[in-house]
Amino acid sequence: MSTLRSREARAGPPEEGRLYVGNLDAAARRARELLLGKMKLGKLVDWGTAFSLWPVHFTTSCCGCEFAATWSPRFDAERYGALPWLSPRQTNLIVIEGTVTKKMGCALRLVWEQMPHPKFAIAMGACALDGGIFYNSYNIVRPWEVVPVDVFIPGCPPRPEALARAIVELQRLIREKGVASKWIEEGEREDKPAPIPKEDLCSWWRG
Amino acid sequence: MSLDAVRSRAEEALRGVYTGVEEGKGFVAFRVPAERVVEAAEALKSAGFDHVKSVTAVDRPKEGVIEVTYHVSSYSDPELARGIVGITVSLPRDNPRMPSLSRIWVSAEFQEREVFEFFGVVFEGHPDLRPILLIPPLAEKHPLRKDFIVKEEQVYKGGITKLEQPP
Amino acid sequence: MSSPGELKLSGWEVGETRKLPGMDVKKIGKDLYEIFIGPQHPGSGHMRIIVRLDGDVMVEVDPDLGYVHRTMEKLAEGRSFIKVIPLVERMAILDACNITLPYVEAVEKLMDIEPPERAKYLRVLLCEINRIASHLYGMGIFGVFLGHSTMYMWPFGDREVFVELAERLTGARLTHSYPVPGGVRRDVPEGFTDDLRKAVRYMRKRLEEYRKIFLDNPVIRARLEGVGVIPRNLAIELGIVGPNLRASGVEYDVRMVEPYEAYGELDFEVPVFEEGDALARAWVRVEEIKQSLRILEQVADKLDKMPREGFMHDKFWAKAPKLYKDVYSREGRVKLMPLFANLKVPAGKAFARAEAGRGEIVYYVESEGKFTPYRVRVVSPSFRNAIVFKYIAPGHRLMDLPAIYGSIDYFPPEADR
Repeated sequence: MSTLRSREARAGPPEEGRLYVGNLDAAARRARELLLGKMKLGKLVDWGTAFSLWPVHFTTSCCGCEFAATWSPRFDAERYGALPWLSPRQTNLIVIEGTVTKKMGCALRLVWEQMPHPKFAIAMGACALDGGIFYNSYNIVRPWEVVPVDVFIPGCPPRPEALARAIVELQRLIREKGVASKWIEEGEREDKPAPIPKEDLCSWWRG
Repeated sequence: MSLDAVRSRAEEALRGVYTGVEEGKGFVAFRVPAERVVEAAEALKSAGFDHVKSVTAVDRPKEGVIEVTYHVSSYSDPELARGIVGITVSLPRDNPRMPSLSRIWVSAEFQEREVFEFFGVVFEGHPDLRPILLIPPLAEKHPLRKDFIVKEEQVYKGGITKLEQPP
Repeated sequence: MSSPGELKLSGWEVGETRKLPGMDVKKIGKDLYEIFIGPQHPGSGHMRIIVRLDGDVMVEVDPDLGYVHRTMEKLAEGRSFIKVIPLVERMAILDACNITLPYVEAVEKLMDIEPPERAKYLRVLLCEINRIASHLYGMGIFGVFLGHSTMYMWPFGDREVFVELAERLTGARLTHSYPVPGGVRRDVPEGFTDDLRKAVRYMRKRLEEYRKIFLDNPVIRARLEGVGVIPRNLAIELGIVGPNLRASGVEYDVRMVEPYEAYGELDFEVPVFEEGDALARAWVRVEEIKQSLRILEQVADKLDKMPREGFMHDKFWAKAPKLYKDVYSREGRVKLMPLFANLKVPAGKAFARAEAGRGEIVYYVESEGKFTPYRVRVVSPSFRNAIVFKYIAPGHRLMDLPAIYGSIDYFPPEADR
């Protein structure tokens, strides 16, 4: 304790309204005041979640080409704090890339259920909106009937810039509407239509 | 060697087995009765046609048949590789059954499974005849048959596997 | 609640399924396990592989396809001939020109027309740009499978060069729909061939760097050498296609055996390797990119020398409105002509094949003389390569599965159609 006090004395009192990078103790106290003293904990959750979106490695269709290109050096979506990750248990965002077939619909629901709260979905491409070019196929489901979708991206396929834009849009939604903190309080998304029951989706599933 | 030479090689191998020849653009197909198709396949294989490019099935409800064509060609013989030869079998639409050729051409194995689910053609002697692409409830409907009609819109009425189509 | 006396610590019962992260594991016998890998798995791929393991050695592998089956063959029967092109293109949008070309050729065979000389070169131009982009994509995904981040970043960055070229040529990054019956949609823009030559020079330099960081990397070689060996006779028997076939010592390339478009007039080689292992399959792709670069240079020279006219068959071009012709003579690009909306194709059956990035793709098109095809049958390269999982993977350890999967460059949307 005594060393702390003496070091602070040497640095002098912290200037109001500024964060000091060099003086760690002062910076930490100032940050705590800023974040906890004046801000609700829910806001902190939203702020933190918005900058740590982890999409799961779950490619449903051909828009996956552009999904891969989005994290490539040219577009580099990692700078928005989003990086595709392997296990659904460690992720909180699912990007539905294009058509979801009936066989994939069950897999999509199973992956979604394995992800921890709060979690979000981006539907990418015309097929994920309403079937796109395969609108009358007998083997597709609409993704928004399987999981609650937050952001839709039109295009066939959407450009990587559009996907990067959707991530920024999702960050804005989370921070402005407090989606992440609300989800924690309520546990369910009341604002989205009820999805298809799992028994219907997965009646044939083996494994 | 021209395409005619490929054709004559196949004709020679199938002599006495085929009942008709069909000229397509880019291929020539020999019509073979279903009970002699194994014999025909063995003859083609020993003539150098070593793999199946496509197991093509076409539903013809007007004639009441499903036509299954094995389009074969060769990797090992560069001269035969220039042409594509088919052997066509006509099967009755209500009970399509034929011997499997995947014992002779392993490359036909997955494609026969595909024809099985989309057309309901049963390949006798196939090592593993299950649906490959579709979920089991859909595979029972044999969607590539002409009487499976794709409507413009579909609505969900409880039960994704029995997705209803509006009239 | 069971009393402490009844409690038994028996371990894993035979027939019991347990949930582990990313997979379900079922014990099907003593020391024999069934693992379901996917469709959500660390690599990029939309398929499930059912593996039966003895310890960690695979004894039986059952690929479970169909997760991206979008019923293209059925939908094609209800759409007019020109609308089938964007439909089948969605099989492999990263290789769009190669994938749709044989369909267009089959329709042309039925109509008995042949595209003009310049259109043939324009098709070859986009085909080779697509082939390079497709191989680079495959190598990038291979890098993801092996956990080699640099090999994901580099090819995906370099792929953008060729995607950009294709975008300048056709107006779309991936879904080009470039070849149409009778020719192509538009001509090259101004200054395109110069940029093409620049891209070729750049890519040559990069391929040398790929060799240093990936193909000759001791860690990568240890993982790939001797893994997933497909002997020559087995490759022929299984009917696999493309670079995987040529890595097993079979000299078969549709561009060589049945030269389509302008390939008969171009000078290139078909790289063939004898080893048949995962490393050889990676090498074939790099060597093929070199050959594609050679073709691109020749095509650029040829296009510069040709007069800038005739990208569409005269039969169709003669019916084009005058405005279209004026715009074409001024800007070299033109909208798709309205006559394609009701294109009637004479009755007949046609079979066409082409060498796509992942191998040979074949189309069987049957017409009844109406506006829509009677039957369109596609057999895509990945569908024919899927059989490798069943016959080659058993006998390897489970940890070799990513190397085998990545090396055959399997693309599920293409396989499932």
